[in-house]
Amino acid sequence: MLTIENLHVAVDGRSILSGFDLDVGPGEVHAIMGPNGSGKSTLSYVLAGRDGYDVTAGRVQLDGQDLLAMAPEERAAAGLFLAFQYPVEIPGVANATFLRQSLNAVRKARGLDELDAMQFLKSARARMKLLGMTDEMLKRSVNTGFSGGEKKRNEVLQMTLLEPRLAILDETDSGLDVDALRIVADGVNGLRAPDRSFVVITHYQRLLDYIVPDRVHILARGRIVRSGGEDLAREVERTGYADYLAPAA
Amino acid sequence: MDSAVQATRDAVEALAGEKYKYGFVTDIEADTAPKGLNEDIVRFISAKKNEPEWLLDWRLKAFRHWLEMPEPQWAKVSFPPLDYQDAYYYSAPKVGKRPESLDEIDPELRKTYEKLGIPLKEQEILAGVAVDAVFDSVSVATTFKKKLEEYGVIFCSISEAIQRCPELIRKYLGSVVPYTDNKHATLNSAVFTDGSFVYVPEGVRCPMELSTYFRINAAKTGQFERTLIIADRGSYVSYLEGCTAPMRDENQLHAAVVELVALDDAEIKYSTVQNWYPGDENGKGGIYNFVTKRGACRGRNSKISWTQVETGSAITWKYPSCILQGDNSVGEFYSIAITNNYQQADTGTKMIHLGRNTRSRIISKGISAGHGAQTYRGLVRIAAKAAGARNHTQCDSLLIGDRSAAHTVPYIETRNRTAMVEHEATTSKINDDQLFYCRQRGIAEEEAVALIVNGFCREVLQQLPMEFAVEAQKLVAISLEGSVG
Repeated sequence: MLTIENLHVAVDGRSILSGFDLDVGPGEVHAIMGPNGSGKSTLSYVLAGRDGYDVTAGRVQLDGQDLLAMAPEERAAAGLFLAFQYPVEIPGVANATFLRQSLNAVRKARGLDELDAMQFLKSARARMKLLGMTDEMLKRSVNTGFSGGEKKRNEVLQMTLLEPRLAILDETDSGLDVDALRIVADGVNGLRAPDRSFVVITHYQRLLDYIVPDRVHILARGRIVRSGGEDLAREVERTGYADYLAPAA
Repeated sequence: MDSAVQATRDAVEALAGEKYKYGFVTDIEADTAPKGLNEDIVRFISAKKNEPEWLLDWRLKAFRHWLEMPEPQWAKVSFPPLDYQDAYYYSAPKVGKRPESLDEIDPELRKTYEKLGIPLKEQEILAGVAVDAVFDSVSVATTFKKKLEEYGVIFCSISEAIQRCPELIRKYLGSVVPYTDNKHATLNSAVFTDGSFVYVPEGVRCPMELSTYFRINAAKTGQFERTLIIADRGSYVSYLEGCTAPMRDENQLHAAVVELVALDDAEIKYSTVQNWYPGDENGKGGIYNFVTKRGACRGRNSKISWTQVETGSAITWKYPSCILQGDNSVGEFYSIAITNNYQQADTGTKMIHLGRNTRSRIISKGISAGHGAQTYRGLVRIAAKAAGARNHTQCDSLLIGDRSAAHTVPYIETRNRTAMVEHEATTSKINDDQLFYCRQRGIAEEEAVALIVNGFCREVLQQLPMEFAVEAQKLVAISLEGSVG
């Protein structure tokens, strides 16, 4: 589903990713762990198409399409979803307005009918209930004044509405207490499906107790330095990242 | 054909002909005053309108004063000097060459109508197409008129009001904006040709929003429009001016005057959407919109609220203001101004606190894109006797791109120790994080900008009557087209 080959990325002339490879099959959950500054967030932004990241070499394909040639909104329409580490506040724009516009933009691009206000509300409410969100969250401005937990739930709500092919969760556990973490993880687990894949980016193993990955990769020095099963995450939790930081350790 | 129907149709034809001068007829017909401006022209206009002697005298005083007055120079706008002699000040309403169908209308204009979601029939009316659609509108307008009459509300053109209720006109015309006020208002006083008049009697809550759109059968309003609204004691009226549809006019200078008077316990809500031709993307052409709008809260507990959405015109020079004379009176100003391409706007308000415990609130949202430049200019003055006066001003500017400009010029003068005046101001650029977030969710860049800007303006959009607000949101999006990428 997602194939990344020999990806090199620089920001302001400084190399962040150098020779990054990853292959995620349909229905798989891959965790990418790594110390601070290893390029985890860069990876998520490059995949989503944010400005300011120079791809100097490499290829990225989603379902055989050249992802790097597409605008961010085209990638979203193609089924790529990024759950932000820091969801952005948009003052004055009602969450419901934003969600519906997003959903309809994506549906339109995918050749589906747009939803009217009533259809949208019905669909959103059913999903919000599962995430323990109240109706009030639809009326408030997008992420504005939301607590950390509310913001992350709002990300998962968007993910459930947009039904992506590939979801990237960028440090989704940061700023969450255990209860919120469980709700968010349940939301993600509920979306797992044979034709939907996940890339879970995290610093800590904690999240992976709730979202159990098929593969775990350690990102250090701009590339994947080790891959394994879910045990690898526990090993890292015990030993830390120090071993991976020194070149040729 | 039934003779009654025929009669109505004839009347409609006549009225419709007056309304839309839109056919760009340039031939000078007999009923048009010659080019230029002098006392004879002022007399000519007054005579054409069959005005009483005192009004002619008033116009002449204004004209003589105007000759001596300097142009206001303090606004941060630039344009070549106006040649007042190179313009016509009176042309009689006439039926010009009107388009037979929408196919004859400028396709650009039609595209905009469609984006605004204006129904086909309304498009035809706006474009001045000579069809039966006009018939429907007029019957709606007539129904409205009947209803207003039941409540004793007078809503007509100011020319008609001069004939119908001269005592009200004499008492209030020029009582808020004197003929000596400023060069543009003074010119208007000398040569105004028409405008709207509203009188709401004591204790009456006007049963509907009054809109210029429904005054369709009144005479056309020209470049020197004069509006007077009087809310008698304990009354309420909401007035909508303008239209989201783009308006074109061959007259470059528009110098309107609007006067509002609210007596004890009365409230006037005045909403404007201004979308005059802004000139092309290189800054060529476009309307100079030099407007003087002022409201007097004469009575105790009275309230005047201005809401404006200014997206059109090449140059906007406009400061809807409130004079808070009555104790406990309230003034409000909510504004959205958008400048794109080479548009210039210098706009804001004046809140003059004279009475005790008077309160005012100012919320201004300025959006500048392209080479657009705008200035918020506001005055809050608390007079010595205005004990307990309060003002809150919030003034936010949003910049799009790296060639646009925003300025904030607040003047605050207080002569009373018990007054409380607050001023908050922010200037920000449209945020890359917000744009990227929207795009990651599938929303294309231009739509994302519109969404974010509408959020930025929400506090003001909320003040507009519902159906107007929806159109205004679309207008915001359309005004910013081409501002990114």
